[in-house]
Amino acid sequence: MPEAAPEPVLEVRDLGIHFGGLHAVRDVTASVPAGQITAIIGPNGAGKSTFFNLISGFYQPTSGSIRFLGEDITRLKTHQVVARGIARTFQTTTIYKELSVLDNAMIGHRVRTRAGLLDALLRTGRERQDEQGSRAGAMRALERVGLASQAGRPAGALTQEGQKRVGIAMALASDPRLLLLDEPAAGMNPEETVSLMGLIRELVAGGLTVALVEHKMSLVMGLADRILVLHHGQKIAQGTPAEVSRDPTVIEAYLGGHAHGGQMGQPGQAGGSHA
Amino acid sequence: MNRAAFKPGPWGWLVIFALAALLPLLKPGGYVLDIGINIMIWAMLAYGLNVMLGYSGLLSLAHAGFFGIGAYAVGILTLKAHWSFWLALPAGVLISALGGLLLGLVAFRTRGDAFAIFTLGVGVILQLVINKWDALTGGNEGLNGVPPATSLLGIDFSKGANFYYVALAALALTVLVVARTRGSVFGRSLVAIRGGEDLARSAGIDVYTHKLRALMLSTAIAGLAGGVYAAYVGFLGSSVTGPVTTFTVLLYLLVGGVGTLAGPLLGTALMYGLTQSLKGLQDYQYIVFGPLLVLLVMFVPQGLAGLWDRAQARRVAARTERTVDHA
Amino acid sequence: MRGAAFILWRLSLTTFLQQLFNALALGGVYALVALGLTLVYGVMRVPNFAHGGLYMLGAYFAYAALSGLGVPYVAALLLAAAGVALLAALLERAVFYPLRNAPHVHSMIAAIGVLFFVEAAVQLIWGPDFKQIAEPVPGIVNLGGVIITWQRVLVIAASVLVVLGLNYFLKRTLTGATIEAMSQNREGARLVGVNVNRVGMLTFAISGGLAAAAAALIAPIISVAPSMGEVMNLKVFAIIILGGMGSVPGAIVGAFLLALAEVFGGFYINLDFADVIGFAMLVLVLAIKPEGLFRRGT
Repeated sequence: MPEAAPEPVLEVRDLGIHFGGLHAVRDVTASVPAGQITAIIGPNGAGKSTFFNLISGFYQPTSGSIRFLGEDITRLKTHQVVARGIARTFQTTTIYKELSVLDNAMIGHRVRTRAGLLDALLRTGRERQDEQGSRAGAMRALERVGLASQAGRPAGALTQEGQKRVGIAMALASDPRLLLLDEPAAGMNPEETVSLMGLIRELVAGGLTVALVEHKMSLVMGLADRILVLHHGQKIAQGTPAEVSRDPTVIEAYLGGHAHGGQMGQPGQAGGSHA
Repeated sequence: MNRAAFKPGPWGWLVIFALAALLPLLKPGGYVLDIGINIMIWAMLAYGLNVMLGYSGLLSLAHAGFFGIGAYAVGILTLKAHWSFWLALPAGVLISALGGLLLGLVAFRTRGDAFAIFTLGVGVILQLVINKWDALTGGNEGLNGVPPATSLLGIDFSKGANFYYVALAALALTVLVVARTRGSVFGRSLVAIRGGEDLARSAGIDVYTHKLRALMLSTAIAGLAGGVYAAYVGFLGSSVTGPVTTFTVLLYLLVGGVGTLAGPLLGTALMYGLTQSLKGLQDYQYIVFGPLLVLLVMFVPQGLAGLWDRAQARRVAARTERTVDHA
Repeated sequence: MRGAAFILWRLSLTTFLQQLFNALALGGVYALVALGLTLVYGVMRVPNFAHGGLYMLGAYFAYAALSGLGVPYVAALLLAAAGVALLAALLERAVFYPLRNAPHVHSMIAAIGVLFFVEAAVQLIWGPDFKQIAEPVPGIVNLGGVIITWQRVLVIAASVLVVLGLNYFLKRTLTGATIEAMSQNREGARLVGVNVNRVGMLTFAISGGLAAAAAALIAPIISVAPSMGEVMNLKVFAIIILGGMGSVPGAIVGAFLLALAEVFGGFYINLDFADVIGFAMLVLVLAIKPEGLFRRGT
């Protein structure tokens, strides 16, 4: 584990959003260091997914700012955010199940192409170039997740883990600098989880920065370089796994009032047993 | 997705259009040519609708209104401004596309289902405006005596058999445009939007711009169909521009196969042909069409061309299952 | 001079009040029709394009009960409401429930099919001509120069009563609370252990009953015709988009806003376009505020 955190790729300052009277995310100031894995954890309803939705431009924040690679992206639309280099996957296996694996990845590459309706109608050089570029970009992404041999199959025919990989390939096809993974291990068995962790490590070793929301503490503790803890929409801790799992506020947040929170592990114990 | 789709293929389409082009040479009665021209006009409108419903997953209920815009543009420009049909037709297409742009600028600010509701209202308003704007459209009386297509390159297109080729060329252009759109980078993004707007957005697709372009293309095609209709029929009334027309063409599209390239033509030929040949059906059209529409979406949402696709895909899948080892 | 100005002022005030009462009666009817539509959208996430058809059918059922069976007006109203409620429930079972997991456009298209069928069937049975329903209580009330027909008083009173009853049902009964819970958040309702399947059918029945009651109430004021459903469709959809799709208070406020705009717009501006004032409002509002006037709670 590195001693000093490297240069951050993403910095949020005083970020907040409220729906009606409910503050889903409130005054969050945090950063995601380059080339590392940052995990965002917190009890149910802590605002983790909302936090991702804010970064990826799905929601417009009601306060605060988001900077990516030094540029202010607070007000950008989702496709503009993707174009700047932030891609994401969803909690469930949200992919185009009827389309082929290749088509899924090609859709992810769309943001790197410019051919529009007129190019399509007139079959311009740009159209042909972009079509080839999409194919090549999509294949590169499929190779990174190990799905190149499955390119022609309908995405829905793959296993749960395979479909997760399709989702990641779709995100990778946009050539991101930062990859946001929303509960990547949800619905997976232990072996699949381990294999997915291997994939994430490989991607980071290749220079990618990853931020993920996850409930499975084994994955978080085994994978994350840094952890950001949200509770009731607010940041209550940020630091290395070791620091966070010792933090009394964090332990309180998880154990207090969440004794029956079915899908939550207990980070104190989980951290202890896995460290 | 593009490869597996029901495609007669470029050669198949050439054969279909070559056969269709031979029809007038057989010197059929005017009745047969009339049915042929009508099928081509309504099939074009179905293609326009298909760009929205089939490729982008958006139900537009205003398309008869844009058909009307194209028709009245050609009617008014040729009858009142004495333009040539060959200038008025592209002008009508352009005006319809601009109308689509205006609609999209407002309608696409809403999300999902609101679009269908919104276009239902716009469809009624377009018909109402056409019906009430006496000075421009002739209002309730309609527009009488729209001149037929004029000569071009020394060929007189005003006569029935020759006008048949105008409709055929317009349909061929429509099929070409739609096929190119569908198989393109742009078209793949539309398919992504159809599959899930939020997913498409997070994949980096500029959903708003894509939907806007698709709607413009779709209304332009509706306008083209309307323009050809105006010159062919010679009389325009507001009743053809209302929701009933949209509904009927929607049924054609569903019978043929939403989202397929052959579906609009197939469904229109079949349903229009049936309606014309069974006079009894004409009187009780909607008693039959209504439940038919319900049954189609419930049991055969993919339509005839879609059924063919599925059978084809199953054969391909069976073949790959045998060859691919997926342990 | 001052006397003349006063008389003019009194005159315009009388006209204004009279129009206001007309708007209240109209708004009550719109509210009943829009409430059913918004509840169905909230619970089933289906924009039910057949809703206007159910409304129109309600008017014809009332007409048939009055002229065919010769029952009194109130009985005809109740019969129409019950008949359409039953049909709507059947419709949910036969069409919308099986389509619940299909793409949304499928249920929308099915709803359009139902609308056209209902319209064609009514035209076949009762013909395309207008039908008249006599006012159950003929005559007028004179409130200091403001003249209102008894029928309008009846419409206002009945719609207030029904809306209050519906509110009681939604807030104070378990079934009603379930419907409201589902229209707020379907997943949440499932977690509480609510039988989601039956609620959809019940909601359809309520929405059909409300639409039919509204039609029977307004039928003596307007004439009954097969096309009345499509026009009403436009208006109530404009109302629920304006009010926020699925929102109950939004539908009520939207209904009265539209009625006011129509009555005063039609009276002071142009009658030809009174029927589409709602949509003109809608276009305007959406251009400025895409999420509708009253956003649904997230």
